[in-house]
Amino acid sequence: MALISSADQERLRESFAEMTRPVRLLFFTQTLDCETCLHTRQILDELPPLSDRITIDEVNFVLEADRAKEYGIDRVPAIAVAYEDAPGAITDSRIRFLGAPAGYEFISLVQAILLVGGSESVLSPDNRARVAAVAQPVTIQVFTTPG
Amino acid sequence: MSLAHEMAFANPLITAYAVEATEFPDLARRYMVNGVPKTVVNDQVEILGALPQDDFIEQALQLPAKKQL
Repeated sequence: MALISSADQERLRESFAEMTRPVRLLFFTQTLDCETCLHTRQILDELPPLSDRITIDEVNFVLEADRAKEYGIDRVPAIAVAYEDAPGAITDSRIRFLGAPAGYEFISLVQAILLVGGSESVLSPDNRARVAAVAQPVTIQVFTTPG
Repeated sequence: MSLAHEMAFANPLITAYAVEATEFPDLARRYMVNGVPKTVVNDQVEILGALPQDDFIEQALQLPAKKQL
C-alpha cells in the first residue's frame, strides 16, 4: 500500500530528478523492541521507486553495533544521510533522523535528500561562512513531532 | 529542521539530529521539551521555536563547542 498519494509521488519524482549525486540512506533498525522500525522501513521503501539515485542501506543495530557507533547512532529507528562522491565512495553528511520520518519529518527527510543530492543550500553566503568557520565539534538536536 | 541539517552539511564538525520527541520520551524529558521545535546545541544552548536563518545560526553558534552527544 502506498503511503504517499500518486500526486505527491509525481511531485517528488520531479524534485528528485534534479539530483546530481546518488544519496544513500543508512537505516539503523532492529527486529525486537522497536515499535516504529517497521513503519520507518515502510516510509523509506517509498523513496527508491521515485528515483534511481536514492538507495536504502539497512544496518542491523544489534549485529552491526560498530557501524552504529561510527555514525553516532545510539537508538533506533535512525537514519543517517550519506552520498556518493564517486562510485563506491560514501561520504557521511552528518544529517540524522531519530524516529520514524512521518508527517512533517518526512518533508525534512525529502529536503535533506535534495540538499545532499546536490541542490543549492538555502544558507546565505554570510551564514555559510559563519558555519564553515566553526572549528570545534557541534551537535545539534532538533526536537519535533509528526503533527 | 532544515537549517540544522544545512549546517551539518556545510561543516564536517557539525552533526544534526532531527529527533521525534514522542518516540523518545527519555530524550524529551532530559532536554525538557515542552513544545516543538526545540533545538539543543551541545547540551548547552536552547532555541525555542522556528527562527529566521540569521537568528537561528547566531544563537546556535553563540557558545563555544564543548562536548559531543
